[in-house]
Amino acid sequence: MNRPLEPVSQSARIVLGISFFVLFVAAWAFATLGGYVSRTFLADPITMVQDGWLLLTKFGFLTDIGVTVWRVLGGFVLAAIVAVPLGILMGAYKPFEAFLEPFVSFARYLPASAFVPLLILWAGIGEMQKLLVIFIGSVFQIILMVAVAVGNTRRDLVEAAYTLGSKDRGVVRRVLIPANAPEIAEILRLVLGWAWTYVIVAELIGSSSGIGHMIIDSQALLATGQMIFGIIVIGIIGLISDFMFKALNRSLFPWRLA
Amino acid sequence: MTAPILTIENVSRTFPGMRGAAPVRALEPTSLAVAENDFITILGPSGCGKSTLLRIVAGLDRPTEGKVVLKGQAIKAPGADRGMVFQSYTLFPWLTVAENIAYGLRERDVPKNERREVVASYIDKVGLRGFEQHYPKQLSGGMQQRTAIARALANDPAILLLDEPFGALDNQTRSLMQELLLGIWERERKTVLFVTHDIEEAIFLASRVIVMTARPGRIKADITVELPHPRHYTMKTSSAFSDLKAQLTEEIRIEAMRASEVH
Repeated sequence: MNRPLEPVSQSARIVLGISFFVLFVAAWAFATLGGYVSRTFLADPITMVQDGWLLLTKFGFLTDIGVTVWRVLGGFVLAAIVAVPLGILMGAYKPFEAFLEPFVSFARYLPASAFVPLLILWAGIGEMQKLLVIFIGSVFQIILMVAVAVGNTRRDLVEAAYTLGSKDRGVVRRVLIPANAPEIAEILRLVLGWAWTYVIVAELIGSSSGIGHMIIDSQALLATGQMIFGIIVIGIIGLISDFMFKALNRSLFPWRLA
Repeated sequence: MTAPILTIENVSRTFPGMRGAAPVRALEPTSLAVAENDFITILGPSGCGKSTLLRIVAGLDRPTEGKVVLKGQAIKAPGADRGMVFQSYTLFPWLTVAENIAYGLRERDVPKNERREVVASYIDKVGLRGFEQHYPKQLSGGMQQRTAIARALANDPAILLLDEPFGALDNQTRSLMQELLLGIWERERKTVLFVTHDIEEAIFLASRVIVMTARPGRIKADITVELPHPRHYTMKTSSAFSDLKAQLTEEIRIEAMRASEVH
C-alpha cells in the first residue's frame, strides 16, 4: 500500500481503473452464469451483449440513442444559454443577487421529475416536454453555481484591475468572466451529468423513442439483458461526454495547467 | 521644494465594529505632502495602518475623514493615474506576461502597435526578455512581482504605489528586486509611495522615510535620506547607512513593543 496522498504512476492508474471493471463483470458473470441468480431478474453478460447487438442491428437502437443525446444536449444548451449570463450577473451585482437568489434557491429543490406530469399537460408528450424537463432540472443549478463561483472571485485581482484603469463593465468582462471561465466549464460538465438522469425520467413516461423508452419497453418483455444494455450505454455516453468536456477545458484554458 | 503632486490632508480611517464590537481606529488623522519625483517609504510595525493609508491613496478604501488630492483632483475612486503593486501576487493568471503588462493599455484602447512597443520596453526594463509568453503560474515569485511592477508602470501613472511588494520573497531575491526598482526610479524618476516594515529596505530605497506609530497609526517621524544616487547594495554596510538604521530601529522598536502590548 502507498502512503497517504502519495501519487501513483499514469500506467498504474490505468491498470487499476480497468481492473475494477474486469472485477465487476467477473462477479456479475459468476453470479449469473453460475446459476446463483435467476435469469428472469438478471441477465448474464453474454446475453446482455447478444441482446445489445440485436437492439443495435435489428431494432434501430442507434436512433433511440441519437434521440436521447439530442434531447439532453438541446435541453442542456438552452439551460446554459439562459443560466450562465444570469449567474454571472448575480455573482457580479449584489442587488441582482438579492433579488433572484432566494427564488432560485427555492426552485433548485423542485425535483425535475415531479414536473413531468405537469409538463405533459402543458406541452404534450412531444420533444418540447422532454427539453423542458432537462431545462428545469439544469437551469437553476447552473445559475446558482455560476453565481457562487463569480462571487468568490479573488478580490485582489478585481482591485488590481481597478488600479489599472478598468471601469465596472471592464471588470466584469475582463476579470470576472475570464477568471471564472474554467470553473463555469467545470460546472457545465457536472450539470450535464445530472441532465442525463433527467432525460431518462422524461423518457420513462409518455415517450415513444429514446433510451428510457426502450428500457420501459424491455421491462414489459422481462428482457433484462436489453435493460442492462441500455443502462450501460447511458454510462458509456456519459463517460465519453465527460472525457470530451475535460479535453475541451484543457485546450481552452491552458493557463490553469501551465 | 516644488509644489506637491500628492497631498494627504487629515486622512483618518475607522473600521466599524463587527457584531457589536467597538469600532477600530486604524489611522489617526494623517497629513503628508509628496513632491514630484520623491521616493517615499512608509515604515511601520504590522497593523499600523500603513497599508490602509496606501489603499486610501489608491482609492480602494475611503477615508473616514479628510481627503487625498492628486494633481489638484480629490481622489474618489481607483484609477489608472495611481499604479499599484500588491504584496500578494495579483497577475491575471489567464493572461501571459506580455498580456498582463498590456492590460492597462488595452483598457484605455491604446492601439495595438503602440501597446506592443510599450510592453517590449518594459519587458526589457524588468529583465523578462524570453518570458513574454509565459503564464504567471510558470514564474517564480520575484518574476511575478517584476511583471506586476512593469504592468503598473506601463500605464504611465502619476504615482506608483507599492504595498510591501517584496514581503513574500526570499532575502536574496528581495535584495535584487530593490536594486531593480531603484534602478528604474533613478532613470525615470517616478513618484513612488512604498509601504514596508523592513528598515533596511525603507532606507535603501527612499529619498524620504515616514515612520508610523503602532495602531492607531500616525506619522511619528519624517526623515530625509541623503545617501547619494546611484545606490549600490554595498551601501548597506556604510556607516551613514548604519547610523540611519540604528536611529530607525530605535523608533520602530518602541512601536513594535507598544503594538505587542495592545494585542
